[in-house]
Amino acid sequence: MTRETREVAVPETVLPPDPAASNTSLRALLHGLPGVDEVGAKERAADLATRSIKTGAKARAIDLAIRMIDLTTLEGADTPGKVRALSAKAVRPDPDDPTVPSVAAVCVYSDRVAAAAEALAGSGVKVASVATSFPSGRAPLEAKLADTRLAVADGAAEIDMVIDRGAFLAGDYRAVYDEITAIKEACGDAHLKVILETGELATYDNVRRASWLAILAGADFVKTSTGKVAPSATLPVTLIMLEAVRDHYAATGRRVGVKPAGGIRTAKDALKNLVLVNEVAGDGWLDPDHFRLGASSLLNDLLMQRTRLSTGTYPGPDYYTLD
Amino acid sequence: MSTPPDNPGPSSAASGEEERERAAASDAAAGSGPRVPSGRPEVHAEAAELAEPLDGAEAARPGEPAGPARSGAGVPAEAPAAGRIPVRKTYKLYMGGAFPRSESGRCYPVTGSGGAHLANAALASRKDARDAVVAARSAFSGWSGRTAYNRGQILYRVAEMMEGRSAQFAAEIAETDGIGAERADELVAAAVDRWVYYAGWPDKIGQVLGAANAVSGPYFNLSQPEPSGVVAILAPPAAPLLGLVSVVAPVIATGNTAVVVAGERAPLPALTLAEALATSDLPGGVVNILTGTTGEIAPHLASHADVNGLDLTGADPETAAELERSAAQTLKRVLRPGGREDWLADPGISRMTPFLETKTVWHPIGV
Repeated sequence: MTRETREVAVPETVLPPDPAASNTSLRALLHGLPGVDEVGAKERAADLATRSIKTGAKARAIDLAIRMIDLTTLEGADTPGKVRALSAKAVRPDPDDPTVPSVAAVCVYSDRVAAAAEALAGSGVKVASVATSFPSGRAPLEAKLADTRLAVADGAAEIDMVIDRGAFLAGDYRAVYDEITAIKEACGDAHLKVILETGELATYDNVRRASWLAILAGADFVKTSTGKVAPSATLPVTLIMLEAVRDHYAATGRRVGVKPAGGIRTAKDALKNLVLVNEVAGDGWLDPDHFRLGASSLLNDLLMQRTRLSTGTYPGPDYYTLD
Repeated sequence: MSTPPDNPGPSSAASGEEERERAAASDAAAGSGPRVPSGRPEVHAEAAELAEPLDGAEAARPGEPAGPARSGAGVPAEAPAAGRIPVRKTYKLYMGGAFPRSESGRCYPVTGSGGAHLANAALASRKDARDAVVAARSAFSGWSGRTAYNRGQILYRVAEMMEGRSAQFAAEIAETDGIGAERADELVAAAVDRWVYYAGWPDKIGQVLGAANAVSGPYFNLSQPEPSGVVAILAPPAAPLLGLVSVVAPVIATGNTAVVVAGERAPLPALTLAEALATSDLPGGVVNILTGTTGEIAPHLASHADVNGLDLTGADPETAAELERSAAQTLKRVLRPGGREDWLADPGISRMTPFLETKTVWHPIGV
């Protein structure tokens, strides 16, 4: 399977001069991608998930995973106070242990960006905001653009947009493409993460197509899910997206990041993802600039594993902050 | 099974009895190793005519002695003629309502009082202890959230299931402790009675330990005992059933969940108790039973920050001090070993109180 996808990496065959010239040319490109071997993808992901990471390597992987976290709160009940508390935790995840690194970003709804930006000012932790009428994405483009601009103006350094799954599934790839480019423009300097919501895309072939579509439209990251739809970030889906960014990098030299989000709750899940990154995309992606983990409860489990490694005793959740 | 129509003997609609006879004889033939030549050639000749020669053509022959097994020629003493092949049991751990093998894949031989091998039991590891704590923790909110009355009902149901297995318990105790059957029966009866005793307590302990306190203000002030959480129990090795029941039942009666390290010497009654628990209405994870070396597992439970209580009844005095020191790193309630216990004595409430915390509620008195 790997060899099959490597063929995609030949630039001449993959990227025509203007793939987005029309819906037809986009369709030709996306449907010309090799199909995903579903059984093979699942097997490969399951096989890589059995890798054993222990002691020193585990300690480094845990710290790397912490640095990759987009600490997320996306609830209707989010208060400014909760966003401030989460921001404090993002900067100093374990108040008792200053050696724990900060997370990569705090991810909030666009109307909570101001509170997060204030709390995180000067800390080096970025503010990420979901936009474009997250999580459904069912709103007029004007509303989505306004949402994005507001978030960027309030201090968001990263925008997590959702694609129009309805248009994608209807085969209107050009509409999806245009929407992503429009949002990308509205982002200005902010990084754009494009949420594919793979749980709604039905097939792995669609995941591969949507990844390429988002990458071609200028995404800085492709992200699996909103976390509001099950299944969210499964390992095979992350694997397929990692293959897409790897092949695109080989073709163009532009390194697009990947962010699995939703359902990653334990340190073991996080380590499995890191193994996947290393084995599928390569260690060029083992960096918070190119790989993120969208999660909230994961952080406490990583901290507990960290304690377990440093003290040798099993920690309990009572000794960590609530999310 | 196809037989030629011209063979009147075996082909005439074999009755169930005949079938059994054939099976027995073919077992005997298979078990006897090399075939005994004397008197057999005709059987082979006839067998060759039949479509399925090994499936008992010989046994169906009326009047012939049933073959080498019954005649005793060249047959080992434990040949199937003596009875069924024993169904050996694979003893495993009890965790989260299921019976998993040890994560480590290890097991150890359990011997009876005379040194005879009784069974192999799982040798639990540090990670099994960790998993058991996770199971106990996830069961805690459901178990402690049940009404006390319902907990009492479920505990009584456990006693019912134990009563149904009393013969098995008695046999295990007799084998492991080398005591007479009568004495074993007494101990099992005492253990079931002990469980019934604690089944009565869940909805009464609050009245005994709780109080409506008088305060100098217009408030109702009520104190109630509440369970502390996950309790790790080192079961007393000397009393494999009665002692075990006497330490486990009080802990779960008050709404805690338990991780029990059964005594290394005699784990079988604990594993049979696990089967009684699994077939009663006790939710999975309320009691988790590990078999193995107490010295290997206990330190990890003692230092585990997600364990709220530690019952050191089964620890020897030297290690108990060490375990208590590890337990002091986190806020744990520790029950120290009390020297020689008389397990047949009236237990009172002394084993329920150590793992209870008192919650006091203030409520304004209305006008």
